[in-house]
Amino acid sequence: MKGVILSVRNLKVSRGGVPVLDIPGFEIRTGEFLSLIGPNGTGKSTLLLGLAGLIRKDRGEIGFHGKPVENGARLLDYRRRLAMVFQEPLLFDATVYENVASGLRIRGMARSSMRPVIEENLALFDVAHLSSRSARKISGGEAQRTSLARAFATNPELILLDEPFASLDPPTKEAIVQDLGHAMRIRGTTAVMATHDRMDALRLSDRIAVMDGGGIAQIGTPAEVMNQPVSEAVAAFVGVETILKGRVRSSAGGALQVEVGSREIFCAGTCEQGKEVLCFIRPEHVTIYPEGSRPDSSARNVLSGTIRSVQPIGMLYRVSIDCGFSLNAHVTGQSVDDLGLLPGKGVTAVFKATAVHVIRKPGA
Amino acid sequence: MELILEGIRKAIWLLFTFDPEVLGITWLSLKVSGLATFFSLFIGISLGTVVALARFPGRRLVVSLINTGMGVPPVVVGLFVTIFLWRNGPLGFFELLYTPTAIILAQAVIATPIVAGISLASIQKLPEALRLQILALGATRIQMVRMLIREARLPLLAAVMAGFGGVISEVGASIMVGGNIKGYTRVLTTATVMETGKGNFDIAIALGVILLIFTFCINAILTGIQQRERPR
Repeated sequence: MKGVILSVRNLKVSRGGVPVLDIPGFEIRTGEFLSLIGPNGTGKSTLLLGLAGLIRKDRGEIGFHGKPVENGARLLDYRRRLAMVFQEPLLFDATVYENVASGLRIRGMARSSMRPVIEENLALFDVAHLSSRSARKISGGEAQRTSLARAFATNPELILLDEPFASLDPPTKEAIVQDLGHAMRIRGTTAVMATHDRMDALRLSDRIAVMDGGGIAQIGTPAEVMNQPVSEAVAAFVGVETILKGRVRSSAGGALQVEVGSREIFCAGTCEQGKEVLCFIRPEHVTIYPEGSRPDSSARNVLSGTIRSVQPIGMLYRVSIDCGFSLNAHVTGQSVDDLGLLPGKGVTAVFKATAVHVIRKPGA
Repeated sequence: MELILEGIRKAIWLLFTFDPEVLGITWLSLKVSGLATFFSLFIGISLGTVVALARFPGRRLVVSLINTGMGVPPVVVGLFVTIFLWRNGPLGFFELLYTPTAIILAQAVIATPIVAGISLASIQKLPEALRLQILALGATRIQMVRMLIREARLPLLAAVMAGFGGVISEVGASIMVGGNIKGYTRVLTTATVMETGKGNFDIAIALGVILLIFTFCINAILTGIQQRERPR
């Protein structure tokens, strides 16, 4: 296992006397890609600025390779070992080449030594052909590529990415995400990325931290965070569309029977009988069959219900089913056509007991 | 109309015959206003940048003072510089009153708030995140300030133009602290005032036209640079 490159302990930041960040602690290992996800205003960008030593903290400690980052020369040395890319490319009024050179020039690198480094990084982000163009005359995607090339040119040990794809159109974003992933792999750079797009986080991250109210609500692997959210807020942000309040009716052998309104569902997990719980079900774990059919499946939860609505959501459709409680499923357009899914139609909704993540209801 | 045409003809004649007195006045005007602009750029850009980037109690008051300074009448500046340089004034021992240095000093005082105000606005207009981006690139504070000034160079050219335009055309302070002494402190504006007073309108127009030509040429050069570099 690789060593810890960055550690955060008791980091607190206020703005105008209002606390905006309160992080008890976390660590990042060398070569790891950590994404900070969460709605706007939850402190993702503030945490990144804190990690970069760019904002005044009330208290707390940032450690880099086990040594605390302090003000003065050590902070400058630390900053010269990291790079940061913002949502806006923030390029200088100079050529693309000069922009990529800027970080190296700041470090006092000789002009002759710079050239191969710059050319390598221009090529890495596919902007070599724009080298002599003014940064003011390139597209938004090209500008963000240049910004990434500028960041990677300094060969940072740690790169901080603050919503780097937020201003890009989908095809441009797709291409840049791929190139960034490639650059991360070949350089082995450690990264922390703030994003409100969980799909970006899922594609690139080794771990995901979900931020809520200036703190980290949950940190774990993408599978852990997506499938086992620790709270209602995390569940809602990571795309759990069905959140049910229920009471444990029976608990045996790692299986729970939970009473939800007038229905009962089977869940995997352990909890004392009679306890109030929250059940999280991801929409992609729900399968829809024609009404009355007996699906050839080992799934424990087979519920009849009526379709409330069918809404397009990009490539898929969200089908909301009333089966004593509201249950959402994501299906393809092909399924909508084949099954004739329309509001008012009766269907059978199926999901496995292991697809239900159960937590104790807060305060219960 | 005939008077104006005669004045323009006279200006051309004075310029192309290299009239030594006119050449001397013109050279002194350019030298004095050029040096005053140079000093005001040094002080004004530094002051504007510091006020734009720093956060300190009373900052708004300082910004208001700079903005007020941009509109201070030259005669008021001339009055205070005269008092300071007067034989019994705080700086009287330098014996600078009625010297070209006194005009440079007064003109620098006039131009500095203009340059500082435009610099402040130019630096403030840059995105806040750009400052963070430069620091995140590993820049020291001095490197950051240099890079920000470089980024604001186009609006700063406007500061140069405004500063130079403000001092080359000012007359009140130059007369008060320079005295319009022939061959020593006489500049284009003070000479124009004097010739007008004497009723020599043709020479006054000629001097005015020369002043306009030089002001236009210098501003045209600076505008050329500014427009060439203007981001599209």
